[in-house]
Amino acid sequence: MAERIFNEMTGYDSRTRPVYERLQQWLGEIPPDLLQLRRDEAETLFRRIGITFAVYGEGGDPERLIPFDVIPRLLEAQEWERISQGLEQRVKALNAFLHDLYHEQEILRSGMIPEELILHNPAYEPEMQGLDLPRQVYTHISGIDLVRIGPDDCYVLEDNVRTPSGVSYMLENREVTMRLFPELFSRYSVEPVDHYCEELLSTLQSVAPRECPGDPTVAVLTPGIHNSAYYEHSFLADQMGVELVEGMDLFVRDRAVYMRTTQGPKRVDVLYRRVDDAFLDPLVFNPASMLGVPGLMAAYRLGTITLANAVGTGIADDKAVYTYVPEMVRFYLGEEPKLKNVPTWQCAREDDCRYVLEHLEELVVKEVRGSGGYGMLVGPKSTSDERERYAARIRANPGEFVAQPTLALSTCPTLVEEGVAPRHVDLRPFILMGESVQIIPGGLTRVALREGSLVVNSSQGGGTKDTWVLKS
Amino acid sequence: MLSRTADSLYWMARYMERAGNLARILEVADRMALSPTPESVAAPSNSEWRSALIISGTEWAYSQKYSDVTPAQVLHFLALDETNPSSIRSCIETARRNGRSMRTALTREVWENLNDTWLEVRGATPQRLAGSHVRGFLDWARERSLQFHGAATGTMLRDDTYAFTRLGTFVERGDNTARILDVKYHILLPEYAPVGGGRDYYQWAAILRAVSAHRSYRYIYRDSYKPWLIADLLILREEMPRSMTACLGQIVQHLGTLAERYGQRHECHRLAGQLYSEMRFAKISEVFQDGLHEFLSDFISRNMELSDQIRTDFLM
Amino acid sequence: MQLKIAHQTIYRYSESVDYTVQQLRLFPDSFEGQQVRAWTIEAPQDSLPEFRDGFGNRTALLTLDRPHRQVVLRVIGEVETEEMHGVVRGVPEPLPPAFYMRSTSRTRASEGLERLARPARAESSPLNRLHRLMSLVHLRILYEPGETHVATTADEALAHGRGVCQDHAHVFITCARLLGFPARYVSGYLWTAEAMDHDASHAWAEAWVKGLGWVGFDAANGVSPSESYVRMACGLDYGDAAPVRGVRRGGGSEVLNVQLQVQQARLQVAA
Repeated sequence: MAERIFNEMTGYDSRTRPVYERLQQWLGEIPPDLLQLRRDEAETLFRRIGITFAVYGEGGDPERLIPFDVIPRLLEAQEWERISQGLEQRVKALNAFLHDLYHEQEILRSGMIPEELILHNPAYEPEMQGLDLPRQVYTHISGIDLVRIGPDDCYVLEDNVRTPSGVSYMLENREVTMRLFPELFSRYSVEPVDHYCEELLSTLQSVAPRECPGDPTVAVLTPGIHNSAYYEHSFLADQMGVELVEGMDLFVRDRAVYMRTTQGPKRVDVLYRRVDDAFLDPLVFNPASMLGVPGLMAAYRLGTITLANAVGTGIADDKAVYTYVPEMVRFYLGEEPKLKNVPTWQCAREDDCRYVLEHLEELVVKEVRGSGGYGMLVGPKSTSDERERYAARIRANPGEFVAQPTLALSTCPTLVEEGVAPRHVDLRPFILMGESVQIIPGGLTRVALREGSLVVNSSQGGGTKDTWVLKS
Repeated sequence: MLSRTADSLYWMARYMERAGNLARILEVADRMALSPTPESVAAPSNSEWRSALIISGTEWAYSQKYSDVTPAQVLHFLALDETNPSSIRSCIETARRNGRSMRTALTREVWENLNDTWLEVRGATPQRLAGSHVRGFLDWARERSLQFHGAATGTMLRDDTYAFTRLGTFVERGDNTARILDVKYHILLPEYAPVGGGRDYYQWAAILRAVSAHRSYRYIYRDSYKPWLIADLLILREEMPRSMTACLGQIVQHLGTLAERYGQRHECHRLAGQLYSEMRFAKISEVFQDGLHEFLSDFISRNMELSDQIRTDFLM
Repeated sequence: MQLKIAHQTIYRYSESVDYTVQQLRLFPDSFEGQQVRAWTIEAPQDSLPEFRDGFGNRTALLTLDRPHRQVVLRVIGEVETEEMHGVVRGVPEPLPPAFYMRSTSRTRASEGLERLARPARAESSPLNRLHRLMSLVHLRILYEPGETHVATTADEALAHGRGVCQDHAHVFITCARLLGFPARYVSGYLWTAEAMDHDASHAWAEAWVKGLGWVGFDAANGVSPSESYVRMACGLDYGDAAPVRGVRRGGGSEVLNVQLQVQQARLQVAA
């Protein structure tokens, strides 16, 4: 892998790339204190809208604002076109994989993926076996995390096909940027993103149960106000014009799911659920769950309700299964993968594990079931003490860890205390899958605000940027 | 609308109304304590503070915590005590919690009223109730409750959201007026004694003040304070916005909005209609003949029954 | 064998219940050696919606959204069985055998279970190892009702040394997996010559033997299921195959009453 860092504005050699020329010019014209002022305004706007996310277990105010960087990230039309084709291919393969796993299991029979990696994985959900879903769609909403290390060099860092979040930030970021920098916005021709909620609604409607009478009723299921993404849940429900429900608002009667309304029970056909599988139905999963709906899985198997995303999709974004995604693309689509995987060492394999333990200093090690950037070791930034302790954890439970090389993530101009400086970024585009595949141009750019830091997760001090895909 | 949303609207409004009513009751108690009569000096019974506990239904809870009734204790218990779920502070907290759970159903003004009120009462220290500050605090609480209704009437769309909010307000308000009248009458007229003398004058004025009606009384009756006229004003007069009949009129109206919107009438419509017409055709002389206390108790329990029925028909 | 089953379950509540939802796995399938001749279930709902769960079990959904003080479930059926010496064939198998190597909270391995299973490793053939394991479990855990509950784990049952068929099945399953056999929990009915009235349905285990397929082992009785057994549902442990799993709103405390009769049908006498 390249050691040199790719700067999306100036490339490798400080020569401004054409797409950034007007932005750089604008940055030169605008007085620095005006930029700071705009950032403060943006913060006020976000606070007023109430876009916060909750961080628990660290003390202090749990309702925090994700820092917003006012300088947009730019992607050329052709750059995006390549990425977007790769994304479509990837989610189609992931979806085909899920359908296969919960039906014939051809991929296991073929020996391409070790049987035990799937069947003994808690993310593989037996309750889904043999269930036919409308349009055979499992991954209605996906968020694929991409990193870039060169002009044409994109890698998939992680697939998120359970309940990916962050799309509300993508939408609000655009709102705020357009409001703060109309003059910059007018210098470019930018692909819009604000039709996302409309697309989401029609995606959800397009996968209504076959027996659904009339127009399908869609609702968003949230774990409730204490969930870290509650703002997003209420935002999406509001924008789609559908009810935001909690488990207690729903009940199963006879064959179907109903919500309790002031006009009596109303049937729900499609549930965009932002509650994890384990909490969905106390009759089948965690019996202590108060967040779910008893009998929901029975209605699901009876085919009277669509859950988006489907139950049991977690097996497709499991970090140990990730390694096999390029194989899935070949197996199900007969195509060569357009997006690359980051080389990954599975500590469950003896050879890999030995390599990882010998090269901890160069690698990023993650927990197979971890998320949000918690519990990972960034080799080059770690102390020998940290590495020692982490090595002990790997030795105790090698199956729980995977490792990847430390990628030289690309950087984008970012407003920091000292002025405008390059900071590392990644990108989470959102892909909708229903009657067809819809990809909203751009996605959520996350930026590591600390100099040199490669961790972009909002729970670890990362911020976000508006992402502009330019029209061709 | 989701039943849970309607339920939250209903209780949000009830609790904001309750917070304001509590502030009024405490204000009256405080005022009375400042105008001592020869009897109260001779045998201090703190009956005003005791009646504040009775009206708010917290006498038992209070007795679990304190062995005697003192002004400072009652004030703290009913105003700021976090452990008392019926204190002004707790009412505001409950109202805001209900509002927060369905924020998107609220206008910005309504939410900001709730949120700001909560932030202020959360930060209130016992000093807010010390000496001359008491009245300022109680005024503030009463005003915040009124502002809540102002924000609701002034900004909310006249749909079912508004109807459930208003139902909460008027169910609570009617209940409160009945309780004040019931308890005060007991203190005032232990044996249905005729009214007279300086002390009574202040007591009557206090009742009227508790429901912001001392000026309205003079305006309507142009007479000195008479128990049956005061009862008439607080029970039967529809033009008096805190009278029991006026509250019921509002309840009937908002239930009517719901029936029209939803194209369906329920048991609660029948209960409300029945109670309302009985109230409208009642005469104050008959009320006294059959016993005021009995009349008020009956009203309180039927109002509660109506509230339960509204919940069964819409909120569960 | 012609077996007649009458199985009544009554839940009585101290207070009114607003809402009940139950998942019922009370339906045997027909397959090799087991033919369902008649099967009806009476429940406080006109027609119970029915589906197959991920394990292939026939499952019905019961929902009651009017206030009630009791739920009565009455199963009456007739099943014809043949002696298959424990071999199970012709059952819907949506999941591959390897899946049943997965452990659950009730069937987590432990040193004690490993020790219990060890002598079975000495046996020459896979089938002998499983039979040896069955007798080890049978001897180690005394049948004694009331000593354990539905959440008791295999390890707890072993430490306790006493339990019911459910515990025997859990211990057997866990140990069989330790020996490398996919194994699963099975619920059903058992006909016995002695006792006529039971207060619970039966449970046993099945293990997968290469070349032979699924084979039943009833460690509680120390035998492989015979024609006296009626097989109903299976899963990784009790939780997946429980005859009734439900949730209710309200109701206070619950009293459960079960009456179960498994009889040999009398020969039809021509009139």
